Amino acid sequence: MNFWANIFSAGVSNGTALLFATMGELLAERAGVLNLGVEGMMLMGAVAAYGTAAATGDAWLGLLAGMLAGGFLSLLHAVVVISLRADQVVSGLALTFLGAGLALVLGEGLASARGVPTLPIYSIPLLDQMPFFGPVFFDNKSVLVFVGYLLIPILWFYIYRTRAGLHLRAVGEYPAAADSLGIDVYALRYFYVLAGGVLAGLAGGAITLSITPGWFSEFTTSGYGWIAIALVIFAQWDPVRAAVGAYLFGSLRRFTLDAQGIQNVFGIANPFFYDRNLQFFLEMLPYALTILALLIGSRAAIRKRLGAPAALGLPFVRGERGTL
Amino acid sequence: MTETISTPKPRPARGPRLPFSVALEPRLRIPKWLPWATSLGSVALALLLTALILLYVGGNPLTSFRAIYLAAFGNLGVFSDTLVKATPLILTGLACLLPFRMRLWNIGAEGQFYLGAWGATLIVETLFGKDASPWLFIPLMALSGFGFGALWGFIPGLLKARLNVNEIITTLMLNYIALFFVAYWVFGPWSERGFQMTPTFPRAAWLPRLADYATVFKPFSGLTVHLGFVFAVLACAAVWYLLTHTRFGYEIRLIGDNPNAAQYAGVRIALMTIMVMMLAGGLAGLGGMSEVTGVVHRLQDRISPGYGFTAIIVAWLAKLNPWAVIPVAILFGGLIIGSREIQPSGIARMLQGILLFTLISSEVLNRYRIKFERAK
Repeated sequence: MNFWANIFSAGVSNGTALLFATMGELLAERAGVLNLGVEGMMLMGAVAAYGTAAATGDAWLGLLAGMLAGGFLSLLHAVVVISLRADQVVSGLALTFLGAGLALVLGEGLASARGVPTLPIYSIPLLDQMPFFGPVFFDNKSVLVFVGYLLIPILWFYIYRTRAGLHLRAVGEYPAAADSLGIDVYALRYFYVLAGGVLAGLAGGAITLSITPGWFSEFTTSGYGWIAIALVIFAQWDPVRAAVGAYLFGSLRRFTLDAQGIQNVFGIANPFFYDRNLQFFLEMLPYALTILALLIGSRAAIRKRLGAPAALGLPFVRGERGTL
Repeated sequence: MTETISTPKPRPARGPRLPFSVALEPRLRIPKWLPWATSLGSVALALLLTALILLYVGGNPLTSFRAIYLAAFGNLGVFSDTLVKATPLILTGLACLLPFRMRLWNIGAEGQFYLGAWGATLIVETLFGKDASPWLFIPLMALSGFGFGALWGFIPGLLKARLNVNEIITTLMLNYIALFFVAYWVFGPWSERGFQMTPTFPRAAWLPRLADYATVFKPFSGLTVHLGFVFAVLACAAVWYLLTHTRFGYEIRLIGDNPNAAQYAGVRIALMTIMVMMLAGGLAGLGGMSEVTGVVHRLQDRISPGYGFTAIIVAWLAKLNPWAVIPVAILFGGLIIGSREIQPSGIARMLQGILLFTLISSEVLNRYRIKFERAK
């Protein structure tokens, strides 16, 4: 495998966690609910998955626990912002604190756990023999990576081609109109916030049970939850663009590591190889590019006059005038 | 928050599918005592929930809470340490409060704090010999800390104002970037013999502490409170004055209450966005300056245990009132000091999260009357 195949191969694996989290946030936002607590839900998912797998010896059970934990936290957010109509930004931030704090308390001592099972790894015969694409997409991948591949077209089809997807979009764009057609806005919003939480929990579990197995306190998720929120904007709420973004960002994470290992680039001495302290600038890269991705997303939104679901962030009060 | 008063409805707003339905009726008048009661109630509820979780993981909540209290407020010496922790919380709390007032979500106080600390260190590292006067050092370091913090607020402010880029994400990403930026300088160019810190600042660049005057006034001995606390209180006064007595502050509140009306009234929202973000960044930067010059006396990796994030909760718990930031920050400073004494280490953060949750949930009680009805 060459340099780039290596990076993209790791990128697809890293990106899978990012993909789940991004898709989850995308669903919640499509329904009109902004949930900034992705990082907290991922951490809870990560610790619940790893802890359960360590206790029971069953990685699948762990993954289930992670999804449940993420879902549980998201329900808190749902109650507070949908039923109690509190500010979605503040509630999401509270969820981040709560998730991180709970995860640290519950994960106490978990870092030293040994012999925790991980999820199985597969290669797809024949496809893994393809040059470049084989190693990048099909060789030696966690089972969750393949789940991720399936999720992309399924979500795309669901959102754009099914009745339920139409209802989802209606609830996020114009809940009052959806309500007048007999769609239960509250129930749907609860459902999609929950779905987002379950996917964020899955993302956390994917990290601790498969991608970088282990629990390393709050650094386990290294800000992926926040990057996922930015990716949703970058992707203009479209699942296919979100997937591309997730895999690219996953690759970037690996690139910052590999870039320090090369002595020369096109015959020019690589400064990152010779000065170890410059690594900090490489480590900034994913975060700086997140801002850039956001910039691209925002510009696209201005240019095409589309973008966020119109009712994103607004509480829906049935029968009240002045609400979307 | 504007609430339209709804006309009587044939049936109450439908809640989610529960065995009972919850109806919210807007209050026409909010009793004066109610916000205080709900805030206190939410603090009590948060403590109770934390206690339950502690019980579940096998701790003794009463001993934990008592240990936190004694370690933070037990005597004058530890209370002084609590004030030292409250100082950066007040300044970063103001850095959140001011933009929050115009519904601009500055989550970047942490990064702005780091840049402020870096800016103050820059003065020590570059400008003077070690024997310059404190009268030269301290104002310049404060200015530089404020300036670099403001720069870190300017970036998301500009992006928001010009391109409508979501400031929550940009400020958050800039936190990470600031962290790595400071790490580069303390591991690299400014490192003292390869350790992850700069050399200790010269004495002239230290903010004076009460303990420095123990020779004059005996009871001051051992008290670590430094001039930064005075900066912080002055900053509260300044922000309060700004918000309540100036046109600038009026426009901030106007934008926060109704951006459309503000636009119509001719408020230049883009300009205000940039200025408020810079001011907020500067305040957080001053917090960073005060921390390196008043407490650590050098720049090192991870000088903040998350002040900039706790600040968000401080600002919210203070109900975005600049004076209330002081007692709330002291309370949270005590929590930081106290939670160092107990295990597991995540308790303080968890309590903060639960508190913010109970707080925003309780606010609904201020605005609405809640009615439970049996499902039909």
